[in-house]
Formats: sequence, C-alpha cells, structure tokens
Amino acid sequence: MIKVKLAEDKINKIKEICASFGNKGGEAINVLHKVQGEFGYLPAEVQEVIANELNVSVATIYGIVTFYSFFTMIPKGDHPISICMGTACYVRGSEKVLDEFKRQLKISIGETTPDGKFSLNCLRCVGACGLAPVVLIGEKVYGRVTTDKVKEIIGEYNA
Amino acid sequence: MMEYVNIIIDDKKIQAEKGQTILKAARAVGIEIPTLCYYELNGQKLENRPGGCRVCVVEVAGRKNLAPACATEVMEGMEIKTHSLRVVNARRTVVELLLSDHPASCLICSKSGNCELQSLAHKLGIRDIPFRGEQSMYKKDDSPAIIREMNKCIMCRRCETVCNKLQTVGALSAVNRGFMAVVAPAFEQDLVQSPCVMCGQCVQACPVGALSEVNQTRQVIHAINNPNKTVVVQTAPAVRVALGEEFGFEPGTIVTGKMAAALRRIGFDYVFDTDFAADLTIMEEGTELLGRISKFMAGDKSVRLPILTSCCPGWVNFFETNYPDMLDVPSTAKSPQQMFGAVAKNYWAEKIGIKREDMIVVSVMPCVAKKFECQRDEFKENGNPDVDYSITTRELAELIKQFNIDFNSLPEEDFDNPLGASTGAAVIFGATGGVIEAATRTAYEIFTGKSLEKVDFTALRGLEGVRSAEVDFNGTPIKIGIAHGLGNARKLLDMVRNGEANFHAIEVMACPGGCVGGAGQPFHHGDFSKVEKRFEAIYREDAGKPIRKSHENPYIKQLYEEFLGKPCGEKSHHLLHTHYFDKSKQIEVEG
Repeated sequence: MIKVKLAEDKINKIKEICASFGNKGGEAINVLHKVQGEFGYLPAEVQEVIANELNVSVATIYGIVTFYSFFTMIPKGDHPISICMGTACYVRGSEKVLDEFKRQLKISIGETTPDGKFSLNCLRCVGACGLAPVVLIGEKVYGRVTTDKVKEIIGEYNA
Repeated sequence: MMEYVNIIIDDKKIQAEKGQTILKAARAVGIEIPTLCYYELNGQKLENRPGGCRVCVVEVAGRKNLAPACATEVMEGMEIKTHSLRVVNARRTVVELLLSDHPASCLICSKSGNCELQSLAHKLGIRDIPFRGEQSMYKKDDSPAIIREMNKCIMCRRCETVCNKLQTVGALSAVNRGFMAVVAPAFEQDLVQSPCVMCGQCVQACPVGALSEVNQTRQVIHAINNPNKTVVVQTAPAVRVALGEEFGFEPGTIVTGKMAAALRRIGFDYVFDTDFAADLTIMEEGTELLGRISKFMAGDKSVRLPILTSCCPGWVNFFETNYPDMLDVPSTAKSPQQMFGAVAKNYWAEKIGIKREDMIVVSVMPCVAKKFECQRDEFKENGNPDVDYSITTRELAELIKQFNIDFNSLPEEDFDNPLGASTGAAVIFGATGGVIEAATRTAYEIFTGKSLEKVDFTALRGLEGVRSAEVDFNGTPIKIGIAHGLGNARKLLDMVRNGEANFHAIEVMACPGGCVGGAGQPFHHGDFSKVEKRFEAIYREDAGKPIRKSHENPYIKQLYEEFLGKPCGEKSHHLLHTHYFDKSKQIEVEG
C-alpha cells in the first residue's frame, strides 16, 4: 500500500470543493481553479486527493495542471510580484524591469524566493496603460517603474 | 438504414457512408492514405484520433487549408485528392519537422525495421532534414519490464489512449505544453511509481521506439554459453501461433514444431513447454474452484465467489492496485510460467541431479508483464528466481536471427519430455476464454463423475469484450464471466463488487484477444485481424491434439504420483500457490 499524507483540514476542504462540483471528472479544471484559490498552489498530495475524489487518474490531473499556465505547483510568495508584459508596458521597457527583478531576487518567472517572501510572474495588461510600465505587488500597483526603482520597491517589503 | 453520400476520391466516384471519415472512406475502396498518430483496434472499440500529426492531410476542393483525413467527415459532393503535389509536399514537411526533433539513432534502435516513422520517412523519400532546432531531452526510465525513452516520443498519444481508454490503468497522460509536451506518469515520475501494471499495450501501440520491452536476449546467450549451467526453456501457448509472422508466415500459421527445432539449435539443453504447466494450473485451479463452489453451496460463509483466474500478470497487478478489498477472491494458483519454474527447479533439477542454482529457466512469452512477474520476490528461493529470464515472442525471433537459423526450412520437432507434454486444454490458455474452458473441461468431469462427450464449450469462446455463459454441470448451473482488456475487466469486477452480477468464476486476460494479442507478440500496428487469426489458430491447435483435457495428461499424472501428491495438497500449496499484496494508494491524515 502506498500512502499519501495530508492534513485533515486540507483533505476536508478539498473534498468539500470536489463535492460542490458533484465529484465529476469533467469539472476537474473548475475544481483545480478553486482549490488553488484556497491553497495558493497545487502540490502533489493535493492533486492525489482531487484525483481520488473525482475518480480520474492523478496523471490526468497532473496533465491539466501542467498544461494551463494559470496552475502552479510552486507556492506563491508572501508578496507575489506581477510585471505587465502588455504592448504598452512592453514598449516602455517592462522587459528590462523584469530582468532587474530577476537579478535582484535571483529567481526566474514562476519561481519563489527560498525564504518564501517573493514570487515572480508576468501578466498581460491590467488596464492602466497610462502608467506603463506597470508592476503589481499583491494588490498594490506601481506605475512608471524603471530599473533603478526596483531595489527601492523590493526594500519596502524587506523592512 | 445506412445513409450514403457521393464523393470523388482521386478521380474515383464512390459512395461513402454518411458520417464516415475521409480516411475510412478511402481505405474502404483501397486508397491508402498514410497515417501516424491514428490507431484503431477494430472490434475492440478503441480509436486514437487526436488529429495531431497531420500526416494524413488531403486536399478537399473548395477548402482553403488541407484537411486531416482521420478527423474530417465525408460530405455530399466532396472532391478529395489524397496525393496531389500540395498534399505530398505538406506531408513531407510534417515528417521532416517530426524528424528534426527525433534522435537519428535508427541503426541501434530496438524498433528499427518496425518503426512507423522510419517507414514513413522512407516512403516519402526523405534524404535530408532541412530543419535544425532544439532536441527534446528526457531521462531514460527503466522499469522491470518496460523502457521509456521519451527523446523518441512523437506525441501521437497512442500509449495514453491505450493506457486510459482500453486498459483504464491511468498511468500515463500528456503533460506540459508546446515543445515541452510529453506523455508521462503523474509528476513525471518513473513508471514503477505509477499505477502501471506492466501490461505493455503501450509498447504494442507505440509507432516508434519510445516505449519498448526490457531486452534480455543477451543474458540468455550468456547463460547458454556458460558450461556450468543447464538451461531450460519453456514456451507459452500464444507464441506458436504468432512467431511465424516474424519470418514471413501468414498470421495464424502454427509453427510449434519449427519453434521447438529452433530452440534446440539455439542451444537450450531442454526444450519444454509452458503448456505442461498450463495443464498443471488446471489441476490446481480447477480443484480450488470446485472446492470453493462446494463449500459455498454447503453454506460456508467464509468462502467468497466468484473465483478469479490468476494466470495473467498484468491482471494480477491490476487487481492488487485497484481492488485491494477483493484480494481473497482470485485463485491462489500461480501462473503457468511460475508453476513451470517451480517444478523445473524443485523437481526436474533434482531428477537430473543438479542444484537449482545451476539451472537457468528461460520463458518465451507473448507478454511484457511476465518479465515483471518472474522478478517478484515471492517467486524466489533464497534470492534465486524460479524463472530467471522471460523473453517475448519478438525477442525469440531476434535470437533465431542472431543464431543465423533459417527458420523457414527447419524441420518440425517435438518438445522434450516430461515437461514438454501437454493437452489441447493447455493450448487454449493463449486466447480469451481459453483458461476457463480448459478449467471447465476438467472441473465438469471431476464434479459430475461423467466423461464429456464434447469438449468444445463454444459458449465460452469469442472476442466480445465482456461475455458471460452458463454451463450445466449435470443439473447444477455454473455461471461464468469472461473479460479481456483491463477496461472490460474493470466493468465486470465493478459489477461484482456492487452486487449487480453473480458469477461462480471469472476469467480475465489483460490484453485484447488474450495472450494472442499480448504486448510481447509481433507488432500488429493496429491491424487487429492479425490477432483474430492467431486466436483462430489456437483453437485449431487444440482440435488437433490427441488429448484435450488437462487431467488426462499422463506426465501430469506422473508428476502428482512421483512428487506432488494430490492437487491443492501440502506440497502443491507450497510450490504452486501464491498470495497477493495491496498495492493501492491510500490517502491518510497527516500526523
């Protein structure tokens, strides 16, 4: 027997979400969406429980998780950083800003710093093109970001 | 009423069934459109049609882009060109692009000569790969039976379809996306960590060399060349009706005699037959079946029915993984391969005066999972396995070629005695329904005390995925269920588990058609008619046998008299029976 271990409250939460979608295999994407909303990410054990509840193979669940870029198996940082790569931000130099964040935090896109503080991601247009390039940290929006401001912005959260 | 539409394919006016794909309409009139990802097992309700490879594209008049023939339905008045310049150019580009991310290791690839990508490249006359790009790099995954080399994967997804739809094993899925997309177990772990049951149908379906069986021909040659070892070979029933295909014989040609001759020329010291052990299996399993049914009918509450056959190692792995609550239901009888090994190393070795360590037992199997089975710890004595190496029908063909044996001109020879003698009942172990028919022939005579007038139980035969039949045991109706293909087995077992069906006995074989359609058989490339011909040959071989009931095999009688005592007795319990393990995955609360 192979054992998969997970905390009781987590198992119950996942079961509750699966049940709210009728434990249907066809609802896997919706279930994963909701579970990720709950836990922030989808570690292997969580996928095992979902597969079990929906009566689909865990390989199938993992296939969905790895297909859609929205799903992640890496926990997000306490302060998730999103850099806009929309057209307006891009032409105003958001790629350089992104590179500076990567350099300062020593992580790539989709990764989280070892201390769990920051994670880095891209997104497409937040509808604030007038402020391009735009960076989001948590819910807070930073406009007209330049490479020399990156250190200062990170510093706000390192205090 | 079948509705038809009028279409024109390559200037040929034809009527095609409404709703049919262009591919099927073309094939129906003998026009061949090349395919690669497409895979169908006729009559087994399996179709892989992702429309992904684009090799089957055709030109449809009035349509801007080319249409994939496998996924486009025919329509009234359609004009189709299957080999226009535009089509041929597109097809060539598609294959060139596939080759740009495929290792050019054809010289040493296990699939060379049998590879669908290789023959397609050859057919399209590709002599250069104009595209240079990134190459996929994956770690090689070695399991006891199956090797995954995903550098060679072309993402046809046949294995995924077979694993999930046909077998419902759920070990494989397409993961990641774009260039990184690959078929893999969950979390891209190795097969051994997945629910894989080693049935190997993915190997049978793979068009290239991405999935293959662990090849042990080298170890076998070493053993034969070792003067201190006595090397014994056993051949499974389904091998003799398929091996010929590797040497140009029509599918369904029986080559038993030539096979025995070839094995002798390769240098095996004793050429024996797994069929002998199949007869032995019937003695043990049949006795167990009757014992259980009698106890059940007498009201013994500790006895559960149905009894499930346990010859098929893929099936054993499947119920250990998926039905841990029913581990007391299958027969405890070992498979014929393992019974043979136990008898060879405990009885025959002693009889010829050698130690078991000095005997090497090689099995030739239509199967990939047998490689896993012979490595199970419970089939070893102080680390020495009862069966040392299990090779497939394909590997035997390889050995015959390596030893430069002209198979076609070999004489017909017999197996050696005593472990080579068998009955017709043993031969039919190679086809779905055969094990239970063989058991019925013996159980009927023991139960009723009467001699069967007709040994053919045709109600148990056929290629329907799930079958059931009732056999009259002189007034007592015995209900029998049969499934082949693990998806069908799951259907049948779920019915039993939910109390929707009652059977006295159930036979399951993991591969479609039974062992004749086994993963270790010559590649059929989706042409299931080959498997059907082997299936028919099995029953021809049975009909031609002088003895057709296992309990009448004189050497089996001798084995019980000299060595084993009685069926299901103490000695056979120790040597010929086994037990099962819970291999399921359970979710537990942490802490």
